[in-house]
Amino acid sequence: MSEQTTQEIVSPAYKVIGTRPARPDGVDKVTGRALFGADIQLPGLLHGKVLRSPHAHARIRRIDVSRAARLPGVKAIITAADLPDVENKIQEVGEGAIGLKYLSANLLARDKVLYHGHPVAAVAATSVHIAEEALALIEVEYEVLPPVLDVRAAMAADAPILLDDLRTDELGQKGTEPTNVAEHIRFQMGDPAAGFAAADVIVEREFTTSTVHQGYIEPQNATALWNQDDTITIWTSTQGAHSARDQVAEVLQWPATRIKVVPMEVGGGFGGKGNIYLEPLAALLSRKAGHRPVKLVMTRAEVLMATGPTSGSFIRVKMGATKDGRITAAEVWMAYEAGAFPGSPVGAGMNVILAPYRIENVLIDGYDVVVNKPRTSAYRAPGGTNAAYAAEVVIDELCEKLGMDPLEFRLLNGVKEGDRRASGPAYRRIGYLETVRAIQQSEHYRTPLEGPNRGRGVASGYWGNWGGRSSVAASVNADGQVNLIVGSVDLSGTRTTLAMQLAETLGIPVEHIKPVVADTDAVGYNDVTGGSRTTFGTGVAVYELGRRLKEEMIGRVAELWEVDPAEVSYADGVFAAGERRMTFREAAGRLNEDRPIMVSAATHAQEVGPGFATHCVDVEVDPETGKVTILRYTAAQDVGRAVHPDLVEGQIQGGVTQGIGWALNEEYFYDREGHLLNATLLDYRMPVAPDLPMIDTILIEVPNPGHPYGVRGVGEVPIVPPAGALANAIYHAVGVRLTHLPMSPARILEALWAKA
Amino acid sequence: MATVWIPPLLRDLTAGAQSVVVPGETVRELIAALDARYPGLADRLIEEGALRRGLVLMVDGVTSRQGLRTRVRPESEVHFVPAIGGG
Repeated sequence: MSEQTTQEIVSPAYKVIGTRPARPDGVDKVTGRALFGADIQLPGLLHGKVLRSPHAHARIRRIDVSRAARLPGVKAIITAADLPDVENKIQEVGEGAIGLKYLSANLLARDKVLYHGHPVAAVAATSVHIAEEALALIEVEYEVLPPVLDVRAAMAADAPILLDDLRTDELGQKGTEPTNVAEHIRFQMGDPAAGFAAADVIVEREFTTSTVHQGYIEPQNATALWNQDDTITIWTSTQGAHSARDQVAEVLQWPATRIKVVPMEVGGGFGGKGNIYLEPLAALLSRKAGHRPVKLVMTRAEVLMATGPTSGSFIRVKMGATKDGRITAAEVWMAYEAGAFPGSPVGAGMNVILAPYRIENVLIDGYDVVVNKPRTSAYRAPGGTNAAYAAEVVIDELCEKLGMDPLEFRLLNGVKEGDRRASGPAYRRIGYLETVRAIQQSEHYRTPLEGPNRGRGVASGYWGNWGGRSSVAASVNADGQVNLIVGSVDLSGTRTTLAMQLAETLGIPVEHIKPVVADTDAVGYNDVTGGSRTTFGTGVAVYELGRRLKEEMIGRVAELWEVDPAEVSYADGVFAAGERRMTFREAAGRLNEDRPIMVSAATHAQEVGPGFATHCVDVEVDPETGKVTILRYTAAQDVGRAVHPDLVEGQIQGGVTQGIGWALNEEYFYDREGHLLNATLLDYRMPVAPDLPMIDTILIEVPNPGHPYGVRGVGEVPIVPPAGALANAIYHAVGVRLTHLPMSPARILEALWAKA
Repeated sequence: MATVWIPPLLRDLTAGAQSVVVPGETVRELIAALDARYPGLADRLIEEGALRRGLVLMVDGVTSRQGLRTRVRPESEVHFVPAIGGG
């Protein structure tokens, strides 16, 4: 039954790309030798803990650390008073921009705490236990304020205000009144009113979604040494070492080049490890503790309550179509919770929500709203899953009213090259329709689903992907082995995919490339590993590196042979001029006798290839318990070029799994006072292996013309369609449209009871 | 000349026009021409001499990091869209 298939639209003869070599970091990972942040041990190491707010919203009246400071073994205590005042300016850090004042206030609360778990103070001591004991001795006097936990409640005129200085921004025009609405964004094309007037069928629904977490297994951690020479070294789990360095520099007002960030192995990030939480605290504690290194490692509860989950949301979708199935207009109103500080992914959700469809008349309004929950962070296709869920359910209902097959509807209305997206720009070469056809032709979709309480759902999804800045370097050893130095943190096997692109470019086996992820002192700037950018964007840098390396070696072989470089050719790992031949390995040996061989490249990849996917899922719903059993799942995705198909399939299966968790079980539970009630993985229910069938994948290869090997980002698209597909499958199984995520057994039962 | 798509929240300044054809060889020149025709547009698109933070410039479907100095062709299509972060 299981199938992993690849459909190539164009098939150039690659030797390395498209193969499935072992990962160079594989042995260390499976034998437990890979070093993660929590593994760091240094002479004189101190251990830190963070005191967190027990309230969701309160003014801090007084903090007294004197009793804690007297506890034997306590070496340093910090509060927000130890953080420098930072200007209230927007700073570009890594993948996005952030208000520095807010970034600083999220690290250690100043005058107010804004969510349950908001850091208030931090302690460094000779043991974790002493540090924990010291936290209990810190006295904090709070004036408790009413919290606001729901996005619509936060938008109400009489809502408690979180940030006194916040004013709504509408593309440079600031509101005049205090508010929780940080930003309003609008996309608009054509004439929606006229479009709806031309529709024969209109569907309008409202959806809500709960706060969810990325669920990475490795908690946030940071170890810092503030040395006597005032240089700072930080070992941490991050998606971007340079971004982490720059964020620390900004909040500490310390020169970035006096800070070295050493990226450790990352035990899952999914967007949640682009922000800093512990790094500046560890650094300040280290300085205050007499320049001893300090390590902080979060507990699971801290991760869930005080890192960056993704937004709860409210989304209203209205869509009209003619009786022959053409979409005439769509209107969307969506508000996303940003958590305690502005910056929800509502703009990304707006990009995603109607992306697969050609709609001439469209209006999308999006709102970024602060609430008394932790500041949200990126989560794999940020804002995309909940957005696509809403649109795909409405489309399924339109199909039902029109009596149309949902895939035929998508083929009729789906986007292709030249069509515009709601934000205006036209797509370049994309492979959306190919994913619909792939599902249509799949054995899964062609096999009838039979049995009571069973249903099949389909849904599509999009992610725009990203390019970003990358710096890479390579040196060629005398034995022909190539050291590849990258600064892109490896979250998902990118050491391998980057090495493969260099091997392909150089015409040598991938096993001859040794990729290394370097720290911020050892390689040029790299944007975070995120936005599905690394295999594409750093891949462009690696391709350029290979091209330069070939040019360098051709020139030097020409010197050796005393011929003009134009007479030297290079193909399949062999230099040639006339009758002369020299392998790459032989050249490496000869040239290194003269002087070492080293080149570098730095790029900012712009020609990003968006990704599309269409998913099909079969479910069975237990009408007694509301439990959803997934019987079969197939995901078809335009992956551009599958550099390493195993890793691409793994990305799709992982993304689908997270999407299933978001769809069926995962959610933050808060009480009325804003206390998080389920900060453990027993109560925050993520899917485990027995919950899932084999997730079949169909890789569609529509090369991205903006990459020399046709690469598109692949990691985020697969989390976008699952919630919509599952909602549609549940409807076809038991006849109820679920309009809240997660579609947990309780909510399914309530819907079934309401229907009865 | 190039076609500039007006961000929807600024269309109150262009009497609702969705896109406008204006002369210019760089994005800076296009915005200046727009502002001459629709006063106030430049203030909304430019901040401290650069393209407003949070906006991404797209010319002919490709993002540009050259900002206001980005060169355009007569048939170019210019968009200012919100910056989007990924996971």
